Amino acid sequence: MSISVNNISKHFGAFTALDNISLDIPEGELVALLGPSGCGKTTLLRIIAGLEQADQGDVFLKGDKVTDQPVKNRQIGFVFQHYALFRHMTVFENVAFGLRVKPRRERLGEAIIRKKVHDLLSLVQLDWLHDRYPDQLSGGQRQRIALARALAVEPSVLLLDEPFGALDASVRKDLRQWLRNLHHDLNVTSIFVTHDQEEAMEVASQVVVLNHGRIEQQGAPGDIYDHPANAFVSRFIGQTNVFDLDEHDADWLQTVGLSMAQQKGKIAHVRPHDIVIEKSTHHSDAYVTLKDWQHLGSLIRIELVKSGVNGQAASVYAEMSNDQFRRLHLNRGDKVDLRIRHAHWFH
Amino acid sequence: MNAISATSFLASKKLTLTDPDWVRYALTGLTLSIIGLFLILPLLTVLIEAFAKGWSAYSASLTHPDALAAMRLTLLVALVTVPLTTVFGVSAAWAIARFDFRGKSLLITLIDLPFSVSPVIAGLIYVLIFGAQGWLGPWAADHDIKILFAVPGIILATLFVTFPFVARELIPLMQEIGHEEEEAALSLGASGWQTFFKVTMPNVKWGLLNGVLLCNARAMGEFGAVSVVSGHIRGLTNTLPLHIEVSYNEYDFVGAFAGASVLAALAVVTLVFKTVLEWKQEQALKAARQAVEVH
Amino acid sequence: MPQSNIMPGFRPAISFTLVYLALIVLIPLSAMLLKTFQLSLDEYWAILTNARVQASFRVSFGAALIAAVIAGVFGFIIAWSLVRYNFPGKRLFDALIDLPFALPTAVAGIVLATIYEPRGWIGKLVMDSTGIQIAYKPLGITFALIFIGLPFVVRTVEPVLQEFDTAMEEAAASLGATRLQAFVKVILPNILPATITGVALAFARGVGEYGSVIFIAGNMPYISEIVPLLIITKLEQYDYAGATAIGLTMLILSFLLLLLINGLQWWVRRRSGQL
Repeated sequence: MSISVNNISKHFGAFTALDNISLDIPEGELVALLGPSGCGKTTLLRIIAGLEQADQGDVFLKGDKVTDQPVKNRQIGFVFQHYALFRHMTVFENVAFGLRVKPRRERLGEAIIRKKVHDLLSLVQLDWLHDRYPDQLSGGQRQRIALARALAVEPSVLLLDEPFGALDASVRKDLRQWLRNLHHDLNVTSIFVTHDQEEAMEVASQVVVLNHGRIEQQGAPGDIYDHPANAFVSRFIGQTNVFDLDEHDADWLQTVGLSMAQQKGKIAHVRPHDIVIEKSTHHSDAYVTLKDWQHLGSLIRIELVKSGVNGQAASVYAEMSNDQFRRLHLNRGDKVDLRIRHAHWFH
Repeated sequence: MNAISATSFLASKKLTLTDPDWVRYALTGLTLSIIGLFLILPLLTVLIEAFAKGWSAYSASLTHPDALAAMRLTLLVALVTVPLTTVFGVSAAWAIARFDFRGKSLLITLIDLPFSVSPVIAGLIYVLIFGAQGWLGPWAADHDIKILFAVPGIILATLFVTFPFVARELIPLMQEIGHEEEEAALSLGASGWQTFFKVTMPNVKWGLLNGVLLCNARAMGEFGAVSVVSGHIRGLTNTLPLHIEVSYNEYDFVGAFAGASVLAALAVVTLVFKTVLEWKQEQALKAARQAVEVH
Repeated sequence: MPQSNIMPGFRPAISFTLVYLALIVLIPLSAMLLKTFQLSLDEYWAILTNARVQASFRVSFGAALIAAVIAGVFGFIIAWSLVRYNFPGKRLFDALIDLPFALPTAVAGIVLATIYEPRGWIGKLVMDSTGIQIAYKPLGITFALIFIGLPFVVRTVEPVLQEFDTAMEEAAASLGATRLQAFVKVILPNILPATITGVALAFARGVGEYGSVIFIAGNMPYISEIVPLLIITKLEQYDYAGATAIGLTMLILSFLLLLLINGLQWWVRRRSGQL
């Protein structure tokens, strides 16, 4: 295991940030710590880095217990949310900082340092900015310089706190891809913190979902999406329709294809793409009314309205490709038949 | 999110931001020693020296006709100069914070100028104008107008040294608040004065009051400039600071420190109000900022 | 060119501002300039090169410089403690920092003289233990000017320290820097400009300071006589030309200082790419 966290707890006054967390991260993974604001993900990252002290529990890096080691001895690279570039230093000096503060006997020669810094700047494709100051750079450039600076000390693990949080949407998209490729080339065990599930799914090889200071689920993005461990994960990762047996007619659900034999709880979560619709040809009991639809690029999201148990209207969302939708020849107000292909049951 | 990060900063010691204990204790100790030695000890000394010969000597010193005359003069000077400086400060702030014109930054520099002039020079320039050999000296003598070594000279010198106090406080404040609310009032049909008193004033009142307070402290406490133009005539042109000097130089220490105790009390009251007013203005600014964010 | 054409009152406000500025500040100050112009260059030079005048400039500028540097160190420590540490009574001490601004200089003067004179509380202590006399010596002037200069440094450094991005310190530590390296290479370069500005402000104020100094200075010509006192002495001897020439020189020097401070701030901001 490259990074291990054992029974970590952390309180801020009465607030529990981390509640007895244990986590193992194998060598070479790119892991996302995913969760809503205040779930403790940044605190966990800072405890692994040694920027914050846990109330209890241990941190192991490459098998060594580092719980009592200060951050500077942990051989980690940390990229801060707002980059924390040194404002009074040029880009070059920023990246060279970690090499120049080493004790004299470990320090590299000036020529080697220069070469190394320029190599790193080339790696992040910003060598042409080497004599600029941080205030003269764009957000995306600062982010990449911060990464180059963290990589300069050849860290055994790389920790990134909301690496794309402060960037424009378009820059963010580009950088995600870039970070994935960079990780692929360098193969440094990396953890990044994010509250954006789409970002976690797109970039990470492993996703750890946190909520209220606890780990809800850990696994590959596909596993987590297809087999959410609980209702929180199911709701947090991707879109989902929620059918509560207290509010929905069990008979109706059975008619539309939900097998009550699989039932393990009384709440069913259904992904929009697991809902199939077609134009109603006869008066089946399964019909719903098509209210509206929105274009989401290659997909269409369809809003369907069904009258509930006590006459209350409930919205159900379905998704399908543009082509499929066009072939159905549907209009607003049409009655459609609905079928549920698959559901996750939770208590 | 904000609430959580705020509490986490307070409640947790961020590891790398925590200095070693010995550094923390040493620096805190040094801080307290410097503050104690340079700030608290002087305040205590004023009290101890003033009451060195008991309460009766203290009250006798303060009720001595010369001391009373000095206090009256000091009050008079403050009563004249503070309103003038305030009116100037408000009009300068209105012009500078609400309009753009050529030479604005030069004007701001010139307003700050008296801060960087030695108080002795502030007195000297009025001696050069109203002295026996000065521009207006002979004219004033002919018309039997006494300016130098009289109350008008003291007031002029005080006006000079207090010149930037209110403007300095108001200009940045009014610039920060911006002029949207005033424009809204004007667009709703308010007159210029109505806008000023009903919109501008309520927004800046704490800052303005703070400027007035500091101006008053300086007006009552000015020594160097007043010393040059006053002539040190007992009972007539001695302000309280000058009365302190005269008493001290005549080895009447109780008299000097009794006067000093009055001014030191004024300073402490000023500091208390200053702290409160700065806090109030900060709250008002925060509220204004939040109102903008909601929109 | 008013920035908003519906805002009223520009003309009366600017007119009053300019007239008042001219009457109280500009015309009186120009009187000094004109008075100096009545002197020939040789006369002016003779006044300035007089040994007693030169000694007083040395005393004033020397004491003010030393005091400003010490106030710089003290002020930095105080600002650091007030921003970074928690200790009981912190807010009270913070408010007290402004005492030298609010306390009339004459009061400060007699109090400091009383404390540091050879028979005073601290004066006696220092005298007995080290044989050094503080009051009535240039050292006394320095002490008074440290008192005067302290709030200038604390109040310029404090806000900068408060807004300093502490993530930079964490970044330095994560890159392997020791606490001392982080302080010297990351914190100090970012706080130093404000500290130097504070020191320069304290210095400028110290050069012209009169009230808090004269009681503790001893006022010995050639030894502990400050420039402002010499100006007053000249005035009392009706040597208006001498007083004016010295005063103008001091004024010009303070101006240059002010210019230097502004230039320094501009340079620092430009250097870190903020302009």
